[in-house]
Amino acid sequence: MNIVVCVKQVPGTNEVKMNKETNTIIREGVEAIINPFDTYAIEEGIRIKDKVGGKVTVISMGIPKVADLLKETIGLGVDDAVLLSDRAFAGADSLATSYTLSMGIKKMGSVDLIICGKQATDGDTAQVGPSLASKLGIPHTTYVRKIEEIREGYIRCQRLTEDGYEVIEMPLPAVITVVKEINEPRLPSIKGMMRAKKAVVSVWTADDIGADKNLTGLKGSPTQVVSTFVPEHNVNSEIIEGKPEEQVKKLVDKLLSIQFPLSK
Amino acid sequence: MASINILSDKCVGCKLCVGSCPFGAIKIEEKKARILDNCTLCGACVSSCKFEAIDFKKEDKEASDLSNYSGVWIFAEQKDGKVANVAFELLGEGTKLAEKLNTKVSAVLIGEGMENASKELIARGADIVYVVDNPKLHQYNDESYSEIFVQMVRDYKPEIILIGATTYGRSLGPKVSSILNTGLTADCTSLEVDMEKRMLLQTRPAFGGNLMATIICPNNRPQMATVRPRVMKALEPDYTRSGEIIVPNVNIPEDTVTKVLEVVNNLTEKVNLTEAEIIVTAGRGIGDPKNLKYVMELADVLGAAVGASRAVVDAGWIDYSHQVGQTGKTVGPKIYFACGISGAVQHLAGMSSSDTIIAINKNPDAPIFKIANIGIVGDLLEILPALTNEFKQRLG
Repeated sequence: MNIVVCVKQVPGTNEVKMNKETNTIIREGVEAIINPFDTYAIEEGIRIKDKVGGKVTVISMGIPKVADLLKETIGLGVDDAVLLSDRAFAGADSLATSYTLSMGIKKMGSVDLIICGKQATDGDTAQVGPSLASKLGIPHTTYVRKIEEIREGYIRCQRLTEDGYEVIEMPLPAVITVVKEINEPRLPSIKGMMRAKKAVVSVWTADDIGADKNLTGLKGSPTQVVSTFVPEHNVNSEIIEGKPEEQVKKLVDKLLSIQFPLSK
Repeated sequence: MASINILSDKCVGCKLCVGSCPFGAIKIEEKKARILDNCTLCGACVSSCKFEAIDFKKEDKEASDLSNYSGVWIFAEQKDGKVANVAFELLGEGTKLAEKLNTKVSAVLIGEGMENASKELIARGADIVYVVDNPKLHQYNDESYSEIFVQMVRDYKPEIILIGATTYGRSLGPKVSSILNTGLTADCTSLEVDMEKRMLLQTRPAFGGNLMATIICPNNRPQMATVRPRVMKALEPDYTRSGEIIVPNVNIPEDTVTKVLEVVNNLTEKVNLTEAEIIVTAGRGIGDPKNLKYVMELADVLGAAVGASRAVVDAGWIDYSHQVGQTGKTVGPKIYFACGISGAVQHLAGMSSSDTIIAINKNPDAPIFKIANIGIVGDLLEILPALTNEFKQRLG
C-alpha cells in the first residue's frame, strides 16, 4: 500500500510576539516543528504499513529548511520524504497549497491513502485535507479517530462528530484527516536516527511537478490577508475573596444577576 | 467566460495533459485529447502540453463579471430534520450583511423531510429557502452534499456563502470551494462588508487565537467563509414572516462511493460541547478521577456540558470527546467554569471566546486568572459541592 502523509512546518509555539512599530510578527528565535497533528498522521501511516505492508512517503510544501524536519520523520519509519519548494509556491492560501500538493502527489504515481493532520496549529484552517481530495478527484473523510479496516482499495473508519462518531467506508485512493485520539506517536529509535541522518530528501520545484504557476503561491490564492492584529484581552478580572461559603454565595449572586442562561 | 479548446491540428495525442488534470476531465479519443464535461476550467492542463495545443482563455475577473453574483447564502446544517443552531446564527448575520448589500439572504437546506425545517428557517430570517429533499440525503455525506451544493452555486451564483464551522461545515466548505476554485476563510468570528467594493471582510483567529487576521477574496466569487458557532447572534423566530421556497433543479447522485454505515451518539455527553450555553471544565487540579463527579454534578444542576483539559484526557480520566483546547474542541459558551485549570495557551485557544469565564483554582498565580472575569482562589473539593448546592437551592 502506498501511503502519503502531508506534513507542515509550524512555529513551535503559538504565542505571537508582534513588532509594534512595523506591525509584523516577530519570527526570530521561534523554533520550527512538525505540526503536532501531523505527527498522528505520520504514526498512523507507519502503523498501516506495518500491518499491511507498503511504503510511507511524507510530503511538504515549504522553504528548503523544512527538509531537516522531514529527515527526522525517516527516523520514525517513514521510507521517503519529498519537499515541494519553489519561490512560485510562496504566499499560498489553502486552495493554492492543495493544488500544489496534488501535483506533487500525482508525480509520485499510484497512491492508495493520503493522511493529513486535522489542521495545522498556525493557520488552524483544517481546509487542506478536503480541498486536496477535491483537487485529486478522490473521496475524503475528516476527523478520523480510528481506522476499523484497511485493505487493497478499501477503508472503513470512524469520524469524530460533535455528539459521537460515524462509521464511514470509502474506496481507495482516498484522503483522511486524523485527530489526536487515533494513536500515540512513537519516538525515533537510535537506529532510526542514524538512518534519518543519512536520508536524502527529494526537493521538487514547480516545473518538476508540472504545476501551473498561475495556480500556486500568492498568484493562485483567491484569499488575501489585509490586516493582522493581536487581540486585546481586556478583561475586568475580579477575584472573590472570603470563606468558601461566602465565595460561592457571591459568585452565584453575580451570575444570577447577569441573565444567567438557565437550563431549559 | 473562460473557455478551453483542444487545437486538433496541434494535438498529437501524447496524453501528457491527461495526467495533469486534477479532475480526470481529459480523455484521448482517436489520438486527440478531448475535454469532458466535468472540466472545471482550472487551466492545470495548459502548461503540461508541449505542443501548445490547448487554447485556454482565462476568466476575465473584472467587476462586470463579479457582479453576476448576488445574494447571501447560508448552509442550513441539519440532523434528522432538526436545524442546527449555528444555521440560525448564520441567518442572523446573513440578514445583516444582506441589508447592507441590499440583497436577499437564502438558506440552502439539503436532507429528507425538510418541510418544518424550511418554515423554521423562514421564521429565523431566510428570504428564500432552497430545498433539496430526498430520502437519499437523509444523512450528511461529503460527496452527495458537496455535489448538490456546487450545482446550486453554479446555477444561482450567490456572492457570499456562510457555513457553520462545525465538523460537517469544515469538511463541506473546503470541498466545495476547491471545486469552484474560490476562496474560503476558515472559522471566522467577525464579518463586515466593504460597501464600495462589495467585499466581505472576514476576520478570524490564527495561531490558536493569539493573532487575528482580516481576509478578503477580491477576485473570485462566491466569497466563502465558515463561521465559528455561538459567535453570531440568531434572530428571534417570527412565524408570521413569509419567504419563498425554491426547489432547485439539481441532479441528485444515484450512488456515492463514500458511505456512512453507522451514526453513533456518545452517551457520556449529555450536552453538545460546541453548542452548549454553559460548560464546566475539569483540569488537572481536580487531582483524582473520582473527583470528576463534583464537576459532573455541577454541570448537571446547570444543564451544562462537561469539558476537560488535555491533561485530564491524557491521563485517561475522561473521553477525548470532552477535550477543550487547541487539540480538542473550540467552544464559546455564555459561561465557562474552568475548574482546576492552569490556563495554558493551548487551552485558552479553545475557550477564550466564551462570554464569561469563571476560574476556580487553588493557585492564585495560575494564568487562567488573567483572562477570567471572575476568579475564586480555593480548594475545588470544597468550592464545587458548595456551588452545586447553592445553585440547586437558588434555581429551585
